[in-house]
Amino acid sequence: MKISNVLNTKAPKATIKKSGMSSLGIRNTRWLSFPYILWMVGFIIIPLIVILYYGMTTNDKQFTLENISSILNPINLRALLFALRLSLISTVICLILAYPLAMILNKSKMKSNSFIVMIIILPMWMNFLLRTIAWQNILERTGIINTVLKFFNLPMLNIINTPSAIVLGMVYNFLPFMVLPIYNVLIKIDKDIVNAARDLGANSRQTLFKIILPLSLPGVISGITMVFVPSLTTFVISNILGGSKIVLIGNVIEQQFRIGNWHTGSGLSLVLMIFILISMAILSKYDKESEGSNLW
Amino acid sequence: MTDNKLIDLVNITKSYGDNIVLDELNLYIRENEFLTLLGPSGCGKTTTLRIIGGFENPDQGQVIFEGKDITKMAPNERQLNTVFQKYALFNHLSIAENIAFGLKIKKKSKVYIDDKIKYALKLVNLDGFENRMPDSLSGGQQQRIAIARAIVNEPKVLLLDEPLGALDLKLRQDMQYELIRLKNELGITFIYVTHDQEEALTMSDTIVVMNQGYIQQIGTPEDIYNEPQNAFVADFIGESNILPSIMIEDKLVNILGTNFACVDTGFGRNKPVDVVIRPEDIDLVKPDEGTIKGVVTSLLFKGVHYEMEVSAHGHDWLVHSTDLAAVGSEVGILVDPFDIQIMNKPESEDEEAVELEM
Ligand SMILES: Nc1ncnc2c1ncn2[C@@H]1O[C@H](COP(=O)(O)OP(=O)(O)O)[C@@H](O)[C@H]1O
Ligand SMILES: [Mg+2]
Repeated sequence: MKISNVLNTKAPKATIKKSGMSSLGIRNTRWLSFPYILWMVGFIIIPLIVILYYGMTTNDKQFTLENISSILNPINLRALLFALRLSLISTVICLILAYPLAMILNKSKMKSNSFIVMIIILPMWMNFLLRTIAWQNILERTGIINTVLKFFNLPMLNIINTPSAIVLGMVYNFLPFMVLPIYNVLIKIDKDIVNAARDLGANSRQTLFKIILPLSLPGVISGITMVFVPSLTTFVISNILGGSKIVLIGNVIEQQFRIGNWHTGSGLSLVLMIFILISMAILSKYDKESEGSNLW
Repeated sequence: MTDNKLIDLVNITKSYGDNIVLDELNLYIRENEFLTLLGPSGCGKTTTLRIIGGFENPDQGQVIFEGKDITKMAPNERQLNTVFQKYALFNHLSIAENIAFGLKIKKKSKVYIDDKIKYALKLVNLDGFENRMPDSLSGGQQQRIAIARAIVNEPKVLLLDEPLGALDLKLRQDMQYELIRLKNELGITFIYVTHDQEEALTMSDTIVVMNQGYIQQIGTPEDIYNEPQNAFVADFIGESNILPSIMIEDKLVNILGTNFACVDTGFGRNKPVDVVIRPEDIDLVKPDEGTIKGVVTSLLFKGVHYEMEVSAHGHDWLVHSTDLAAVGSEVGILVDPFDIQIMNKPESEDEEAVELEM
């Protein structure tokens, strides 16, 4: 339910408020929400309960906290910290790339705008696994980049199976999730707000830092969450681009499930969920502050 | 108001694609003047204001400010401030921070800024609003904050783009008085944009009537109302009877076949002209005492006066009078020579929008 909050920017909240006010037919249309409630129960609540159950029990159905505390096992702890580090780096890189890109998109009020947005979204239509495998092929010792480099007698690029390759994979896969929410808030900022800042004496740099940046914070925060969370939990990218030596927390959990140890896997998943919830709470606090005391 | 030209717009031309919004516009604004750009929506008022403010570049022409060409100067370097049509308050900042924005950028001391915030809030009658957030305020309050935010910077000129457009009637009237009071207290030049002729007539020293990117007439509210220079101005400002006529000779005009005495001279002999007669300038008298006769065809009570339509010589004359004449009754129409305003006919359709020489 938190995620849906993150996806929404302000406008939808306002509309929800309005439609809620129309007393007409709230009772009559209540049954319409039934399929969604069913879906939520079936695909969100029940799995959560199952994971909670497995995470807190042993093989012979005894309550235990061992699955959860297994995160303190040095190997698991290292995997978690490493995953945190890589996903933080990826998020920062995505932010640095996405913000200027979103600003350029916003500035160029051309017809080609939707075309550029298309180009950003287009890779997302390809299967995630395929895209990542493609990068594996590109980066491989005998891959495209190295073939070209070799042809020109340049030194080889050895980043496959390194943390850099994983970060590259994360940035490549999740960049659109950073660009789109930022772009979406930027286009909603009234041009006259920017003009007003200029009018009051701010140069373009001051306008960026005092007006545009703070006003776009909700989009930045959505973007950060939407890049950070999948980066933190991924095991596919690290499997394909990181080789067998680099182990992220996602890989640990995956392995636990593979070898049939659902209990430890679930316990570690719960720990990861707690991390995600904490990071979202911190972010949403920032979000609130940026909006001041007003209630949406 | 002094005679010094503070701002001079010289041959300003601006187009968006094929749409020529302003065509060789010339206009000066004097120090301390309350000048209003008045015209229908889309006639180029906002564009003119944006060019003065520096948010748009004209394709041609110059903006002269105190004798210096500022056409290419960035908005943040111009000594003027704007009150935007939709307030454009910074929603992430408190009222105090909004007002302080310009002063902080100019690195004024905290004491100075706090003083100014207090002073400005008092001026717009919103003392104690420092810590509120903009969207907790009503439209009228936000508007006043936008004004406060602009004036604390002590601009030489304040640009206001339909600042009262979004307010309801009562609040709009109150704000009109407040703006006039502000202007007198601050002694700065106001350039005001509106499409509301009443607002323009109430507040301005000078009104610039615009249509389709051309200036139609520049003058005091009295000039504009009493002596419209063409049918567009007459029609746009207040209600009026515009009657195709022939100027027989100096001080005599033939309106719909009957000769009326007037006071205008210099139009030549037997020249087609347009005549403007304001509805309140028509006296309804006994049929035989009028210059022409007609029949009352409609009657509406408007509070202060009656609004009647009188059919005479093939034209429906609009009449405002405190005396009532019943529908169907025969009346005489009498117009004082002073109240007959003669205008040159436009020679072609296009010319209705043509710029007038000042
Ligand atoms: N940024 C713009 N791009 C294209 N056309 C514009 C732009 N701004 C204004 N226009 C056009 O210029 C004309 C004048 O607009 P404007 O100055 O806003 O009129 P007003 O303020 O008198 O209502 C209108 O036809 C409008 O459509
Ligand atoms: Mg406008």
